[in-house]
Amino acid sequence: MKKVIAQTEIDVNEEGYLLDFSQWNKEVGTALAAEQGIELSDKHWEVIDYIHEKFKNEEALSVRGIKKSGVIDIKEFYSLFPGGPLKVSTLIAGIPKPKSCI
Amino acid sequence: MKNLLILGAGTSGTMMANHLSSKILKKDWTITIVDQFKTHYYQPGFLFLPFDIYTTSQVKKKGKKFIPKGVNYLQEKIELIIPEENKVTLESGTELAFDILIIATGTKIAPEEIEGMKGPKWHKNIFDFYTYEGAKNLRDKLREWEGGKLVVHISEMPIKCPVAPLEFAFLADSYFRNKGMRDKVDITFVTPLAGAFTKPKATEALHYLLEEKGIKEVTDFNIERVDYENNKIIDYADTEVEYDLLVTVPTNMGDALIERSGLGDDLNYIPTNKATLQTLNHENIFAIGDATNLPASKAGSVAHFEAEILTDNILRYINGEALKEEFDGHANCFIETGNGKALLIDFNYTHEPVEGTFPFPGIGPLNLLKESRMNHMGKMAFRWIYWNMLIKGVHIPFVSATMSEKGKHFEEIKQ
Repeated sequence: MKKVIAQTEIDVNEEGYLLDFSQWNKEVGTALAAEQGIELSDKHWEVIDYIHEKFKNEEALSVRGIKKSGVIDIKEFYSLFPGGPLKVSTLIAGIPKPKSCI
Repeated sequence: MKNLLILGAGTSGTMMANHLSSKILKKDWTITIVDQFKTHYYQPGFLFLPFDIYTTSQVKKKGKKFIPKGVNYLQEKIELIIPEENKVTLESGTELAFDILIIATGTKIAPEEIEGMKGPKWHKNIFDFYTYEGAKNLRDKLREWEGGKLVVHISEMPIKCPVAPLEFAFLADSYFRNKGMRDKVDITFVTPLAGAFTKPKATEALHYLLEEKGIKEVTDFNIERVDYENNKIIDYADTEVEYDLLVTVPTNMGDALIERSGLGDDLNYIPTNKATLQTLNHENIFAIGDATNLPASKAGSVAHFEAEILTDNILRYINGEALKEEFDGHANCFIETGNGKALLIDFNYTHEPVEGTFPFPGIGPLNLLKESRMNHMGKMAFRWIYWNMLIKGVHIPFVSATMSEKGKHFEEIKQ
């Protein structure tokens, strides 16, 4: 479905995840975060950069990976992106929700 | 003479030894398989052992029985894989040179990854059922347990046989019902995923099972530690779940050998081409089964389908032909739902579990994604198929390595 955010038209799925990463920019990210009640700090952006790098390298995201990344500890990750940090941070970063099986 | 070396004589390694020994020219190739353990376990049986449905002797046999004649079988611990020198060293210092290497070292539980899990209460009131010892000790515990809060828990994904924890919860419901003490047991299923079933089709078709059996769900639970003194598990968001008996699936990791050899990812799984099963970094090294990082289920059925395709690709590699990008992530699993019934699911990289019939389009006799007694009979019969056909590399009639779309109601997975 189409959605207009930060003066940009984006395509999202029923859960609000971007379907095409090329439509993402920092303004879109900021607006998506605002919809989640999050104001992005430098630390948030550091995490988003890490997520983008993983995405570009086609590497899977996991809580374990975040823990090992050295970017952030898990407690802080939870406090920056409350209510399921991987789900929330990937939505803001404009990439698909991390997949799981069954 | 050239050397083909297989590391690991579990489900995948044993299947590969059997497939290749009948297809590779003996005058040109020597096949060697290495595994430190003497016993071959029927791992799907670990689900049934705690409930006294299977006996210990039904789930283990001597591994040697299943290695074909003409294949060298070394029972020794593997020290290191050195890809640059095309050799593997063993604990005794023996060096094995290879022209082709197949890594089938599987995955294991790593309870030490979670603080407090493998502490003083391990196998006292905190159990795994992914090892023979864990399943057997849990059986002894359940025989005398008088009830309370039973928590069935998954630490983190990926895990071997992703539906096994849910099956455990279903079988526990039946077990306590049959013992006439279901009212004394409170069952909670705790998962790091968004639901007990995370694929939308499966959730739609199967969520009623949890309601029907009175199993509570705690989702999105990423465990931080086990507070074994106060009998509760705590996640990073500070959610707490209390237990009297914790049945957990600890973090699963590839063998430490893979880490020592510098061949794995964060969880010691080997980066592998998901369609050809060649490792990404070394063209003469292949990986199969739970040892790979493939985005498929870590399950025997997947290994079985992979083995047929990997065998063809090894033969192509030997003949200098291009590898076939054939593996589609096909998995085919029975899910025990208790009370002598089971479900059957069939899925791959791109298709969700679907409704329909299996293996014959429109006929069955097995129904996909629906509970039935016939499916349960299938799961029980599978133990015989495993020991007598599957690991011996005998093709199972009518079941193809890639997923068939006939007789099924499909929907592509949306990205």
